[in-house]
Amino acid sequence: MNIVVCVKQIPDPAAPQSFDSSNNLDRSGKLILDEADTYGVEMALQLVDKAGSGEVTVVSMGSAADVAGIRNALAMGAAKGVIVSDDALRGTDALGTAKVLAAVIKRDMPDLILCATESSDGYTGTTPVQLAELLNLPSITFAKSVSVDGSTVKVDRQTEAGYDEVTSPLPCVVTVTAGVVEPRYASFKGIMAAKSKPLDVLSLADVGLAAETGPTGARQQIVSVVAAEARAAGEKHVDEGDGAQKIVAFLESIKVL
Amino acid sequence: MTISNIWVVVEPVNGSLSTTSLELLSHARTIASSVSAITWGENAAGLAAQAGEYGASTLYDVGSLNGALPGAPVAAAIAALAAQGAPDAILIPTSYDGRDIAGRLSAKMDRPVLTNVTNILDEGGLVTEHPVFGGTQTVKAKFTGEGPGIIVVRAKSFAPESAGGSAAAVQSASGGDTGATGAAKIVTSHVEERTGPKLEEAAIVVSGGRGLGEAANYSLVEEAAKLLNGAPGASRAIVDAGWVPYSYQVGQTGKTVKPTVYIACGISGATQHMVGMKGSKNIVAINKDPEAPIFQIADFGIVGDVHKVLPALIEALKARG
Repeated sequence: MNIVVCVKQIPDPAAPQSFDSSNNLDRSGKLILDEADTYGVEMALQLVDKAGSGEVTVVSMGSAADVAGIRNALAMGAAKGVIVSDDALRGTDALGTAKVLAAVIKRDMPDLILCATESSDGYTGTTPVQLAELLNLPSITFAKSVSVDGSTVKVDRQTEAGYDEVTSPLPCVVTVTAGVVEPRYASFKGIMAAKSKPLDVLSLADVGLAAETGPTGARQQIVSVVAAEARAAGEKHVDEGDGAQKIVAFLESIKVL
Repeated sequence: MTISNIWVVVEPVNGSLSTTSLELLSHARTIASSVSAITWGENAAGLAAQAGEYGASTLYDVGSLNGALPGAPVAAAIAALAAQGAPDAILIPTSYDGRDIAGRLSAKMDRPVLTNVTNILDEGGLVTEHPVFGGTQTVKAKFTGEGPGIIVVRAKSFAPESAGGSAAAVQSASGGDTGATGAAKIVTSHVEERTGPKLEEAAIVVSGGRGLGEAANYSLVEEAAKLLNGAPGASRAIVDAGWVPYSYQVGQTGKTVKPTVYIACGISGATQHMVGMKGSKNIVAINKDPEAPIFQIADFGIVGDVHKVLPALIEALKARG
């Protein structure tokens, strides 16, 4: 069973975010593997392990100046990595990203493609389904559990009211929520092994795409960025055994009690 | 009005349209001269009165999906309709199925999607607003090139207001055989029952986060919510940890709430959470960390141990009867 996990290297979420002069998210600092992607990597490793054969490939798009995030996925146990990196891709939107990922994945179609439900920096949340459509595959989003039985994938999918049990033939695109599995930490052995695992850095031309896939093909643009109406902080009190009474008094003052 | 025609994807929920669908119809009719709606299900025609009341002149009915997830068949039907004459924009509610439909439709029509939209303006063309960086800044964006923009709108961005219109004219719509793309099927649906007011509609919401320490302590949040006749909510951290069902989640990937009072217990205030509750009229926060981001938006904050303050609050509320 071969599984592709789509991953994204993002600026450290703990650092303040900002836009660069082109209104693209500033990615000039250190990049890390999006934590949301670690669940897909772990899920893939467990499914391949259970199947008894096959391997996990991580596929990404973005700057290859820093590939520590992809090495991290390799250190967890993925067999190889592919990143499409091209200056022409700066400012690519979700659909453009899906086109690039599709071009890589269809060269060697896996049995299953796993993605996070959304990235932690852009959180557009549409790339996996766009990818499925481009690959002419079924998709199941918001999986809270995933199992494979022969050529069928079974997923418990979150819904507004609870969850649905959903099945699909393979190959299929599945997006996993955080909490679907507990991601492992890379072992020292894993980190050492990751250094020699194959990591292909490809250009747009390498995957057979024209430069229009990038921002010129995005067909959406930012008009302006303005400060939102701030919600001012109100009173703050240190609890000295009277915190609950103070909350009651506040609720009375706004007439909900 | 420079916008002539907007289509709105309206989601059927238990025999009527979802509240977010009604919000989108209400806003669409203020910026476009003609609004049509698209829905699906066993009894879509039964939704024509409600769709019309909120402003749709036509309701396109995709019909029964025979257990398929809505993404592929509904997107195929919309793409087929658009091939005969596309609207200026297609509005879709932010929901599990809404995002699937948007992604499929985007790839089918080769048109971009703008998501997390909280406002749509007519500024000589459609302009969308998106909160970014935890809601501290607002991005305005627009589509370029030929063809409709696909806009995925967050819940509670607009007020649902009846226009008193008559029933929408129902027309059937189909995208034909979806082949492999429509092969994912729902086998069984599970409803996780909850009692009390609905989270999205409650006037008071009491939410718990990681600061509660362990799953068993969530009962304090439920008890406080019950005493206030409110609904219990949760941060993503404790939902992912399995303490409470996903239907309790408030935030980016959960529910958007705008109650009269939101009481955050042991929630630090990650961006993920804040975008789902910062529209609340009053925010009360209890957290032991005085630097927790939640205090930056709280009207009333208590820096203290939630394990002490919350039980004391429950006792105080009980004492009031």
